[in-house]
Amino acid sequence: MKNILIILVSGVFVQNFITSRFLGICPFLGVSKKIETAMGMGVAVTFVMALASAITYVIQYAVLNPMGLAYLQTIAFILVIATLVQFVEMVIHKSSPGLYEALGVYLPLITTNCAVLGVAVLNIQEGYNFIETLFNGVAGALGFTLAIVMFAGIREQLEISDIPESLQGFPIALVSAGLMSVAFLGFSGML
Amino acid sequence: MKKYFGYLTNGIIKENPIFRLLLGMCPTLAVSTLAINGLGMGLATTAVLIGSNVCISALRKIIPDDIRIPAFVVVIASFVTIVGMLMKAYVPALDAALGIFIPLIVVNCIILGRAEAFAFGHTVFESLADAIGMGLGFTMSLTVLGAVREIIGAGTIFGFSLFGAAYEPMILMILPPGAFLTLGLGIGLINKISNLSRKKKAEKEKDIELSQIVEEAA
Repeated sequence: MKNILIILVSGVFVQNFITSRFLGICPFLGVSKKIETAMGMGVAVTFVMALASAITYVIQYAVLNPMGLAYLQTIAFILVIATLVQFVEMVIHKSSPGLYEALGVYLPLITTNCAVLGVAVLNIQEGYNFIETLFNGVAGALGFTLAIVMFAGIREQLEISDIPESLQGFPIALVSAGLMSVAFLGFSGML
Repeated sequence: MKKYFGYLTNGIIKENPIFRLLLGMCPTLAVSTLAINGLGMGLATTAVLIGSNVCISALRKIIPDDIRIPAFVVVIASFVTIVGMLMKAYVPALDAALGIFIPLIVVNCIILGRAEAFAFGHTVFESLADAIGMGLGFTMSLTVLGAVREIIGAGTIFGFSLFGAAYEPMILMILPPGAFLTLGLGIGLINKISNLSRKKKAEKEKDIELSQIVEEAA
């Protein structure tokens, strides 16, 4: 129980995927112009990361390890994630068109989100059991959502502020992300 | 020959993957803590990029259009596995420092991006030149970022002390926030320089126009 609590707090705050581990920076910078789209991306990533954590755990311990194929981890995981994303897209499309409308654009992008492959590899490296793996996936995804939504809030304000010409766009966004990361450093003494 | 040279320099300056195209941000920010890490990551990515570009352009007539993305991913993942195993065997210290970012080369957008945008429509040698250029551009930018962060954050470069014991390093620069700040300000600086040179060019053209008008009037 204590283990799981530590994993949750560490995943969301202390070792936040964006501000301290640098996983999933591309969508973080790419789809953070509006709070709503950032929220949509966060929900989609949470869904896929939890599922991917569970499935890659099963693949590693039920298929790769017993057959002595551990060196195929990278290839196996990326294929599983790509298939999973495609599958999730189809299921959501059939079962709830409303959610599909909201997430539609972001779903295919998730395949190349390194947070998903990153969390799968990390789970195995840290030697987590199944429950811990599941919670680590969810915690990482919640941390991602927290960071991207906060960042979108900052960027909405940046749009209407007066910024030197050469810093407009990406440079000022990166600098603000840096300042946000300083704030997240404050959590580092917690665990 | 000139054509190949053009492909080579394209990746280094005009379409620099980090400072111009903003691709491959995750490894860029994460491993640029030291110059040597940046260099190692850059070379590993270059090796994968060369392998995948050559392989995909050689197979471009065989791979069906509909399933090209999964095919690319499998090719890239195979090269990443090879590079990862070689690094584990021959440079274990660097492998430990780069950690999870070695398997994550698979999802580096530069590699899939070049496969889709270049290798799938060009010959093997053109793709090779493009891969070397892009790889060098990536490596150089990563090494520069790493060097800046290492100099300010630790007072050393490639492990050699620069300022002596009296220098008090600004540790923030080698912590995560330093990555965002260095990259943001670096891109800002490059924008500033290119804006200035563009303005100068415009002014020069104006001057020439003015002098022509004066001449005509005279």
